[in-house]
Amino acid sequence: MDRSVENDAITRSDLSLRVISSAGAGQLVKAKAKTRRPFRQIRTENVFKRTLVIMGILMVILVLGILLTLVVQSLPSIKALGPKYLWGKVWDPVQDIYGAWPFLLGTLISSFLALFISIPFSIAVAIFLGEYYPKGWLPNLLKNTVELIAAVPSVIYGFWGLAVLVPIVRNFENKIGVQPVGVGIFSSSLILAVMIIPYAASLGRSMIQMVPSTLKEAAYGLGATRWEVIRSVVLPYTKSGLFAGILLSLGRALGETMAVTMVIGNTSIIPKNIFSPGNTMASVIANEFTEADKAVYLSALIELGLVLFLVTVVINMIGKKIIDRFTTE
Amino acid sequence: MESTIVKDSVVIKSRDFNAYFGTNHVVKNVNIDIPRNQVVAVMGPSGCGKTTYLRCINRMHELIPGASSRGEMKINDEDIYEMHPIFVRLKIGMVFQRPNPFPNLSIYDNVIAGYKLNGIKLARTERDRIVEHSLTRVALWNEVKDSLNKKGSFLSGGQQQRLCIARAVAMEPEVLLFDEPTSALDPISTSTVEELFHELKTNYTLIIVTHNMQQAARVSDRTAFFYLGELVEYDETKTMFTNPKDNRTQNYITGRFS
Repeated sequence: MDRSVENDAITRSDLSLRVISSAGAGQLVKAKAKTRRPFRQIRTENVFKRTLVIMGILMVILVLGILLTLVVQSLPSIKALGPKYLWGKVWDPVQDIYGAWPFLLGTLISSFLALFISIPFSIAVAIFLGEYYPKGWLPNLLKNTVELIAAVPSVIYGFWGLAVLVPIVRNFENKIGVQPVGVGIFSSSLILAVMIIPYAASLGRSMIQMVPSTLKEAAYGLGATRWEVIRSVVLPYTKSGLFAGILLSLGRALGETMAVTMVIGNTSIIPKNIFSPGNTMASVIANEFTEADKAVYLSALIELGLVLFLVTVVINMIGKKIIDRFTTE
Repeated sequence: MESTIVKDSVVIKSRDFNAYFGTNHVVKNVNIDIPRNQVVAVMGPSGCGKTTYLRCINRMHELIPGASSRGEMKINDEDIYEMHPIFVRLKIGMVFQRPNPFPNLSIYDNVIAGYKLNGIKLARTERDRIVEHSLTRVALWNEVKDSLNKKGSFLSGGQQQRLCIARAVAMEPEVLLFDEPTSALDPISTSTVEELFHELKTNYTLIIVTHNMQQAARVSDRTAFFYLGELVEYDETKTMFTNPKDNRTQNYITGRFS
């Protein structure tokens, strides 16, 4: 009874202290008897560590597995079509002509246009919530609304785009004198811009909130206005975080499928301008995967997936490099 | 409290000054005259309102949500609370508890940060002169003149704090406020900074908040003792430490509470 109480109370640090401080053999034996609990602790620690490592490795295997599947499944198309698949301008499955260039272009134009439209909004939201009004009912409402934007299923954006946005865009196109189709790259960029705001905005907000108040006070103490503090202290301090958020948004835009497929017009030709209907890599895959009746056709679509995967990886790598440069500067 | 100060040599004057955090009354009816080109120490136990009072002088207090103040606070007979806070902060510089150089700026740019922040354009030679002059005033020039383009965060804590003082000095303010400027520094850096106070008071008026009595005794001409938001006693430092008039001051300097 007495011993068990003592056993529970003992910790590893005072165990070692006791071993060191006690020269007598009897004391040492006593200390040995009390090592049972520390051993159990070490075992739990090891199990915990192993679990973490296994989970981490599983993640890597999963991603590599996806990449491997894409590569293996697109081998027939790679063999049959060669590298000209990438810059081939025509996509005509009926005549077995497969060129990915229109979709590559469609993906990049719609994503970067969306990013371009969304940046002012997401940065503004991030500054407003992170620095200007971090507390109160209005910022709370805004914060929850922005987070909700990320939670809305993309098919709903697609519906909203078709029902509301496309007619508006069609009117606008009529006014500026381009062919009034409504659906097209511009419409999908607008939808995408809305969808990706929360990613940059919430990461940016938490980055901005982490700016040490001592730095802001230093600037205020030198007579800076709020805007000057934001411009000269907050933004330079958070630029890598803001950029990371924007990159996250871009990743989302590149891969977004459903909403884009619904409003982009699904035309497999090279877009003439930003108002033309087009297709992105993701929207082609979604649209044509069930119709792919030939082995090469199917494989060409999977190769499209591989290209999308690689484009995303490359853009992410470039982004990481830029972030590194920001942080070491 | 008798007033032995010649009238026109008063820089900062408070009358019935009060400060609040929400409904919490933290500075109560403070009356003080700060004489020009002197070092005034503000001491007192934690939570006595000394830092809040200091931050009211250059209107930093109001930046905290829910903070407010009432009463008269004047610089050269001009009401600080009727001036634009930006002009107030240009006239009254501040040095904080923890050294806070801008980490993304070089030593050089840190010194002229005040000009940059306020959008004041200076000629290259003028900038160089201000940087050298300010760094010399804080005894940092010889240590950093060969590494002006390095980041300010590479310096030691004491050097960083002197850089922050140089940054405040560069704006040529009339008054410099120090909020426990040495509490994050080692003893050697502390004594370097304390020596600076003697140098700086030829050009500026210094108000130093400290919870370190010995420091107050070492560096100041006059000392104010705050307790529970009230200004208990304000006098020549010598008189204050040898012959305090109030019981609470007596108890504080003899270490009966801290």
